Amino acid sequence: MAQLLVRRPTLLPDRLRARLRTGGPVQRAMLLTGALLTVLFVLTALLGPLLAPYGYAQLQDGGRLFGSQQHPSGAHPLGTTIAGYDVLSRTVWGARTALEIILAALLLSVVPGTVLGLASGYLGGRLDRLLVGLADALYAFPPLLLAIVMSIVISGGQSSLVGGLGAAACSVAVAFVPQYFRVVRAEVTRVKAEPFVDAARVIGTGTWRIMFRHVLRNSVRTLPLIFTINASEAILTLAGLGFLGFGIEPNSASEWGYDLNRSVADVTSGLWWTAIPPGLAIVLTVLGTTLLGESLTDLADPRLRRRGGTSTKATATATDGGADDD
Amino acid sequence: MSALTQDTPGAVATPADGAAGYGLARYLVVRFLLIIPTVFILVSLVFFLMRATGDPISAAFGDRLTPDQLQAKLHQAGYDRPLLTQYLDYLKSLATGDFGRTVTDNEPVTHVLGTYGAATVELACYALLVALAVGVPLGMVAATYRDRAPDAALRLFAVLTYATPVFFAGLLLKLVFAIQLGWLPASGRASTDVQLFLQNQTSTTGFYLVDAIRSGDGAAVADVLEHAVLPGVALGLLVAGILLRLVRTNLIGTLGADYVEAARSRGVAPFRLVTRHATRPALIPVVTVLGLQVAGLLGGAVLTETTFEWKGLGYELAHYLTVRDFPAVQGIVALFAVVVAVTNFLVDVVAALIDPRVRY
Repeated sequence: MAQLLVRRPTLLPDRLRARLRTGGPVQRAMLLTGALLTVLFVLTALLGPLLAPYGYAQLQDGGRLFGSQQHPSGAHPLGTTIAGYDVLSRTVWGARTALEIILAALLLSVVPGTVLGLASGYLGGRLDRLLVGLADALYAFPPLLLAIVMSIVISGGQSSLVGGLGAAACSVAVAFVPQYFRVVRAEVTRVKAEPFVDAARVIGTGTWRIMFRHVLRNSVRTLPLIFTINASEAILTLAGLGFLGFGIEPNSASEWGYDLNRSVADVTSGLWWTAIPPGLAIVLTVLGTTLLGESLTDLADPRLRRRGGTSTKATATATDGGADDD
Repeated sequence: MSALTQDTPGAVATPADGAAGYGLARYLVVRFLLIIPTVFILVSLVFFLMRATGDPISAAFGDRLTPDQLQAKLHQAGYDRPLLTQYLDYLKSLATGDFGRTVTDNEPVTHVLGTYGAATVELACYALLVALAVGVPLGMVAATYRDRAPDAALRLFAVLTYATPVFFAGLLLKLVFAIQLGWLPASGRASTDVQLFLQNQTSTTGFYLVDAIRSGDGAAVADVLEHAVLPGVALGLLVAGILLRLVRTNLIGTLGADYVEAARSRGVAPFRLVTRHATRPALIPVVTVLGLQVAGLLGGAVLTETTFEWKGLGYELAHYLTVRDFPAVQGIVALFAVVVAVTNFLVDVVAALIDPRVRY
């Protein structure tokens, strides 16, 4: 009985998929662009070593130094930096670091946030009140500030790959655990009043099993929307950290924020090629994940659902009409 | 980005009360008291995190002093006492408004906060002005032309403002408008001579624009404004995109409401319908979201100030971090925590005054 009522979560619930079909061309274009950019980013990250002409910390090729601040040329399509790195290579390798920070930040935020939200919402009581208070306190603090403090703690501001990633991931987690917590907790308090939970309790199912099998599975449907924001925020925080000079050192990994920090002086003297490629890489990556999340949010928000007519009667007929506009 | 989590923190804390007036007062008191744990948690977090790396004296001078000198300095400043004692002392002095002295230049931290705080507030004001001037009208346009070309373009613009790190936007603006076109200055709050002139005024507020206007020197005012454009735009666009999306969403909601339908059927012109009937209620949430953006604005200010060498709290924070001056860093972060907590409180007050349902 209870088994029948537990809906299996999928990445795109049926309702959402149906709405995607009725959504306007703008929404479809947004979703498509977002998906495309995200796939492109992941591929670049995975195939980085094959795509990049040189290594991220390579300064010379065949015994000859690349040279500092070289204009774009055949050997260096996007020129070289002031330290003598190949800009294109570093930009491509940077995707890998960005993907790593996304995965680390997601893992550190989703798991604790969900588990705490579940426990808080289902068990209630004093624990619930304490956790809600904590979540409220951490809710609005800028993650970048915590990231800076964390980077000093973890690696003394001197950054290895693990140190820099760890600092950024931890601080993004501090900002996002409360968000997952709130969403999951709100859903859990709603779901736990449903009849199938009572049914499970009546037939003697244990608390843990009810929590993780019955309640949790029905409370995580809105989470993919937060994933995308979380991912964007992780990239932006790591880049901000790098830009302030507390990020990852150039010979541990390539990081876009650090490269932008190095390019500030170049910009002042009018050189464009050291600043624009890493900056554009950040913009396109965040744009991809954000568009993806945005279009999913749109499809889930009833207020934004496309409506054709102005009167309620026209709306009823226009809902199907919107489906075939291409 | 906060579109998903717009519910107001603390709104669940108070039980419903009989008389409405009593309920409001009670809600506001409870909400006000919640500021204390919020600030307390953040200050403690930062204190212990910073101390996890060692004491401030060794961090700042560790490589320059002999072990004996270091020990003497440590003892003098009380950093050789148990951590818990230091923590309680720190809290006690914080409560009395004493933030300690900076380690590197031995200045009272409150003095640092006062001197550079004005610059950051000034920058934040410019940014908010840009955000309102850009975000609200464009949001209205997007809602009016919903699902058509202008809407698509504006929504892309909104996402782009979020996706672009504020320092990259700043670098681009600098590259184009300061270096290539040479229209605007590339960095600083004012030209050197204007800065000296403003600092030598008999009474200064620290807000350059206010000081310049009070001095009555037109050239100084123009110079200060010229320097404000690029940083203000860079930071303002960050919030403008959020406002644009918010206004669009709410306007789409109110445009479909019954009273707007009624106005439409009475023959009210479409322009008036959008600007007068639908927009006013759609702007109420803007007040609250604007308040919640203060935290983002502070984080953005650190990056914007570094990009444009705008000598405010953010710029100083980055500086004190590089020289490992812990008391200064703790002081600035504590101030940020207070600002964030207080604005969140004000947001809740405004929300409660506007919408009685929030109180229960």
